[in-house]
Amino acid sequence: MKSNRLLFLLPLLTLCAMAVFFGWALLSGRDPASIGSVMVGRPAPKLEGVELGGGKPKLVNFFASWCAPCLAEHPLFTRLKEREGTAIVGIAWKDKPEATRAWLAKLGDPFKQLLFDQEGKTALDWGLSGVPETYLIDGQGIVRLHFRGPITEQDLKERILPLLKSGS
Amino acid sequence: MVPELGQYALILALAVALVQGTLPLVGAAKGDVRLMALGRTAALTQALLVILAFGALTQAYVTSDFSVANVVANSHSAKPLIYKLSGVWGNHEGSMLLWALILALFGAAVAIFGTNLPDSLRARVLAIQALIGVGFLAFLLFTSNPFERVFPAPPDGNGLNPLLQDPGLAFHPPLLYLGYVGFSVTYAFAIAALLEGRVDVAWARWVRPWTLAAWCFLTLGIALGSWWAYYILGWGGFWFWDPVENASLMPWLAGTALLHSAIVVEKRDALKSWTVLLAVLAFSLSLLGTFLVRSGVLTSVHAFAQDPARGMFILGFLLLVTGGGLALYAWRAPKIESGGLYQPISREGALILNNLLLCTLAATVLLGTLYPLFLDLLTGTKVSVGPPFFNATFVPISLALFAALCVGPYLGWKRAELWPALVRLRAAFAVAVIAAIVASVAIDGRATLAALCLGFGVWLIAGSLLEFAGRLRRSRLGTMPRAAIGMTIAHTALGVVVLGAVATAAWHLELIQTMKPGDSVKFAGFEISLKQVQSLNGPNYVAERAILAVASDGGPYTTLTPERRLFTVQKRQVAETSIHTNIVRDLYAALGEGDAEKGWTIRLYYNPLAPLIWLGAALCALGGFVSLSDRRLRIGAPKRSRGVPQPAE
Repeated sequence: MKSNRLLFLLPLLTLCAMAVFFGWALLSGRDPASIGSVMVGRPAPKLEGVELGGGKPKLVNFFASWCAPCLAEHPLFTRLKEREGTAIVGIAWKDKPEATRAWLAKLGDPFKQLLFDQEGKTALDWGLSGVPETYLIDGQGIVRLHFRGPITEQDLKERILPLLKSGS
Repeated sequence: MVPELGQYALILALAVALVQGTLPLVGAAKGDVRLMALGRTAALTQALLVILAFGALTQAYVTSDFSVANVVANSHSAKPLIYKLSGVWGNHEGSMLLWALILALFGAAVAIFGTNLPDSLRARVLAIQALIGVGFLAFLLFTSNPFERVFPAPPDGNGLNPLLQDPGLAFHPPLLYLGYVGFSVTYAFAIAALLEGRVDVAWARWVRPWTLAAWCFLTLGIALGSWWAYYILGWGGFWFWDPVENASLMPWLAGTALLHSAIVVEKRDALKSWTVLLAVLAFSLSLLGTFLVRSGVLTSVHAFAQDPARGMFILGFLLLVTGGGLALYAWRAPKIESGGLYQPISREGALILNNLLLCTLAATVLLGTLYPLFLDLLTGTKVSVGPPFFNATFVPISLALFAALCVGPYLGWKRAELWPALVRLRAAFAVAVIAAIVASVAIDGRATLAALCLGFGVWLIAGSLLEFAGRLRRSRLGTMPRAAIGMTIAHTALGVVVLGAVATAAWHLELIQTMKPGDSVKFAGFEISLKQVQSLNGPNYVAERAILAVASDGGPYTTLTPERRLFTVQKRQVAETSIHTNIVRDLYAALGEGDAEKGWTIRLYYNPLAPLIWLGAALCALGGFVSLSDRRLRIGAPKRSRGVPQPAE
């Protein structure tokens, strides 16, 4: 009879165990959509004619004139450049140089340096999965942040600016 | 003014639900007839009030009242009327209101149709139903008020998720909710039975129509969702083992098990505490699905706006409902005595096997859905559990279920012989084996597993029809109980679904091609050429439409016109696939990115037997409805017959 009783308790116990996990998942504040990046914590791959890790943090942004989300994040880079004077390296990915230039001429050019990666070879070194993606490289040339997809106001305020300001 | 009335109606509904959830329980415990009778009046009043609230929100959507925050966030004046309407439930707050509405309507239905229930049972069922309603109404009013105003009112709204702007999806949530919430009634019956300490033949007979109704709606809801994913996502597949799909599949599996175990209670007065547990679980899994979708602990293409506070509320509610139910179960269920005795090889035994396998399937889906979450929390490792896991686990267990399914109806109650049943099925077995061999030789010698699965589909159809033909020899169709006819329809339909799913998954053809106007390509025996790509303007989107001329045997056959729509307000792109179907196969085209210079990416799919998936699912639900129309369910068992099992049929 006793073991029988336990059997009837089993569903309740299972539920309790699951509930602990659910509560934990809710309170941990994790973002199930983030898939992490192997680039973070590693030295940034070399970029021709660009000095990464010269004591000052830099942003590297892969974009393309044909990409709608790039259009969405563009004003944030313009603001970063104007208000914070951040050095941003733009890399046009699989885009025609004249199309890129026309796009920047129309919207304004927030980039300190502009590179072209028509073949997508640079993107391979950087582990790019598409555009837009943005990397924050610290003063020592180490990748500190990696955003897949357009950066948002919140990313800027909570993650990018604190690191830029700490000057590391 | 109208939104305030709606909110007021919701507050009143909460108050009524509180009364309905408490006083009839007291009445049932004390035997006070007047307090018990209160349950019916309160259920009807509550339903009326929630209808008012839902009507108020609908009115705000139809008239595009942008002073209501919910309308601003989810509607737009340029939207067609039907999507303004579906916008009412195409968002978190509105869908919760729809949930509360259906809950109240089911409560009212119990009050109206439950006239043959004993007073105390009806009072308890209505009270439990109301307590669930209290949770949802409080959730709405305190965390997700759909009537919140904004000032100043913006000139226009922010539109609806363009993926949701589609006829398939507009009616998918209401059907799904009818299923999910329908299980609240079976839950309420289970809790009431535990409170009464009495589960008997009459109880099973009263629970069965509600289970059936919920199950039918859930079947339709899942099928509609799968159909939507098939034609809108442009990937050619029909089931992606996405957490949200899994969330709807788990209650369906538990509900299917419940449907079958309730028969054993009804006919043989056995398996009682198990059936009660299933009734609790079916609804709990519905709530779990809601929690997973709404709390944001898992990602999915369907995810709604996420808010941890809401997640906590749903989790708390889930714990209260499920935990409360299971605690009551642990306390009271051991006292429920089981009646009928039976041998392992018998109708009872077959139904137990059915239950074991269905519950294993549900547990497998649960494990696959939650495993990434558990692993991430415990170790920080990100994994994705997808089709490989489910193909390796779900499919073999299903095959075992299918194998047994045709045999069960041949077995008699109490004790039966397996061999004679198998002998009577030999024709079905032969047809299935031939089908499997033909499929493996004629279509593709390597896809042995697919051919085997196809054979199981044929086995289900042939076996069910054979059993039906046998019964037809003994009695005329008109005198046969509708429940038995419904069973045959549903079992045959399952075979039809299996055929469609197996053929589509194993033998579909796929081609991704960059094409410029004038290009043509040979695909699955068709010559498909891109005539042109037009730009066009819809009511709230701009689109590119490809005109694909399909020729067969040198002559023109049909034209496919896949579109890619850019919804201007949300800057989101949605593929509008173009499908030519002739029931035996789908020819499916989706338009990708591109321009005149480089050409457009065109995806072509040839899906053999794909339409059978949804045809079968609809047929399955039809079987349920036919069974629901059985007169025994409507007027049978008006009186509770204590302890006397019904004669076995």
